[in-house]
Amino acid sequence: MLQPLLTKNFHYGHPATLEEYEASGGYDGLRAALTMTPDEVIKAVIDSGLRGRGGAGFPTGKKWSLTDRKNPGPRYFLVNADEMEPGTFKDRFLMERDPHQVIEGLLISGYATDAAKGYIFIRCEYAEAARALNRAIEEAGSAGFIGSNILGSGFSMEISVHRSAGRYECGEETALMNALEGKRANPRSKPPYPASEGFRMRPTTINNAETVANIPHIIKMGGSAWKSLAAYEGGAGTKLYGVSGRVKKPGLFELPTGTPLREIIETHGGGMRDGYFFKACLPGGASTPLLAPEHMDVRMDFDAVSKIGSRMGTGCVTVLDNTCCIVRAMINNLLFFTRESCGWCTPCRDGLPFVYNILQRIEAGVAEMDELDALEENCETIYPNSFCAFAPGAVDPVRSMMRLFRDEVEAHIKLKRCPCPS
Amino acid sequence: MSIIANNIFSQRMPSKQGNMLSDNRIKELREYVASLERPEEALVDLMREAQEAYGYLSDEAAEKVAEIAQVPVIKVDELATFYSLIFRRPVGRKVIFVCDSISCWVMGMENLFERLKARLGIDIGETTADGAFTLLPICCLGACHVAPAMLVGEKLYGNLTPEMIDEILEKERV
Ligand SMILES: Cc1cc2nc3c(=O)[nH]c(=O)nc-3n(C[C@H](O)[C@H](O)[C@H](O)COP(=O)(O)O)c2cc1C
Ligand code: SF4
Ligand code: FES
Repeated sequence: MLQPLLTKNFHYGHPATLEEYEASGGYDGLRAALTMTPDEVIKAVIDSGLRGRGGAGFPTGKKWSLTDRKNPGPRYFLVNADEMEPGTFKDRFLMERDPHQVIEGLLISGYATDAAKGYIFIRCEYAEAARALNRAIEEAGSAGFIGSNILGSGFSMEISVHRSAGRYECGEETALMNALEGKRANPRSKPPYPASEGFRMRPTTINNAETVANIPHIIKMGGSAWKSLAAYEGGAGTKLYGVSGRVKKPGLFELPTGTPLREIIETHGGGMRDGYFFKACLPGGASTPLLAPEHMDVRMDFDAVSKIGSRMGTGCVTVLDNTCCIVRAMINNLLFFTRESCGWCTPCRDGLPFVYNILQRIEAGVAEMDELDALEENCETIYPNSFCAFAPGAVDPVRSMMRLFRDEVEAHIKLKRCPCPS
Repeated sequence: MSIIANNIFSQRMPSKQGNMLSDNRIKELREYVASLERPEEALVDLMREAQEAYGYLSDEAAEKVAEIAQVPVIKVDELATFYSLIFRRPVGRKVIFVCDSISCWVMGMENLFERLKARLGIDIGETTADGAFTLLPICCLGACHVAPAMLVGEKLYGNLTPEMIDEILEKERV
């Protein structure tokens, strides 16, 4: 049985206090990091094999080593806690149950990248998490973990929480920087990359809240010991996996990275509720392509899930059962994406409603067979021509539907109605 | 930014008599903003506070925000219209946000909307005649493990059934 790391203080059921956090070894990672050089900290993170938990899986140590530390600064470290990817509920738990862990992670990350100021960018609806973080920042500040000359090390860092006001696109990293600057959260063109010109046009490093929460453990255990916690050779560390939908025990589980999808759903999620069976799933949020029953034995790991045509994304699985019409599921998804589009580029702003309308026509039983070609063509045009990764994430699940569930889609057209139970 | 209130959703209906930002508070906020290197960075917090005071970001509230931050009103409007939780139109004293994303869809959120619409006598996007509630959809609340879920004001409700709706409305009505 794996010793919980990220989740070890979750049992309190309230945000762990400074005292509770320290009793579990809290802030020892910061103490240790401050005796190392920033390059040694980065080296440990590279050795750990940690990959970003925001969805794309970019190697964290590599990202940090790209931060321009020669630039006179100030530099910034941003924690992305916008968590608006439908189906995802992991960062909420981290912040509501163990806010100090995120803060300690941010302090070490800031030390490694020589950042003077850290921001935690949190979505508006997470009021409780924002309160927990603000309380923890106060506690940590009084204990000398935040501010100037932290623990006498000469390193200084301030931290604040920015509470957003609703919009999925704010989670895209350059859009997030615009949002923090008080601008509309449209993404920026790259280059320049945030590593050299990010927030306030200064060198900026950004990581997901779960990514950052792993850092204290990596420093305490050492990079390679943490790496070896994975479920298979070559994997790295532990991961928060979630399961929702009609399973017996929906929830969030900390497991070795690369735990098979079947084990996540059947063992930890308790399997399907009586009378329902697994039809498909979105493995890591609304922007990740569908997986079908034949994919159940995939290792939930960035590379393994990519290899079968999807993405691990956030690792929070939404299970679609036998009562779910796949076309209706995609209509639901596209409704989300059309509503949240930031409107900056035409393929996304105007193309997604077009895709949505075709799906509606299919579901209503009024579409003709050749509209499936139009559907696919639109997806193929939108995918490479949009300004940021939002629109590809919107059409990718639709493309997977056409690959995996074409028969069910065509049945709508042949029968001129939805073939599923309503 | 501890000077700024963190409570956003307990909306008040717009009223010309009270509930506006007090002169004292405006002075306080002005001083705070003047201490910032980049006043625009405070706009989201300022809009939220003005919305809290006025019930929604009315033209008057937007003008106040612009004045405090020393930016053109158009800048405030540009930002306000980007954010889905800054309301440029009046809303009820409490907003009911029902999650309509994928996990809640699987778990039957459509039945919740039907029940709410029937009990409140309004459609999605509307406010009850007594100004108590506005009904809005919202994307995934990060509560998919207790789907279907909704927020009433800032309070999260999960594992909902249509039958639970009546009791919740009773409790939340102010
Ligand atoms: C539309 C869109 C929304 C995103 N939302 C989030 C989010 O809410 N949280 C997050 O951590 N990353 C989000 N990302 C990914 C970020 O752009 C970025 O890759 C991530 O924060 C980097 O952190 P990581 O390397 O630790 O994963 C989003 C990306 C896109 C395109
Ligand atoms: S793809 Fe274009 S319109 Fe869509 S969110 Fe990105 S920049 Fe905005
Ligand atoms: S889908 Fe409704 S809370 Fe996540």
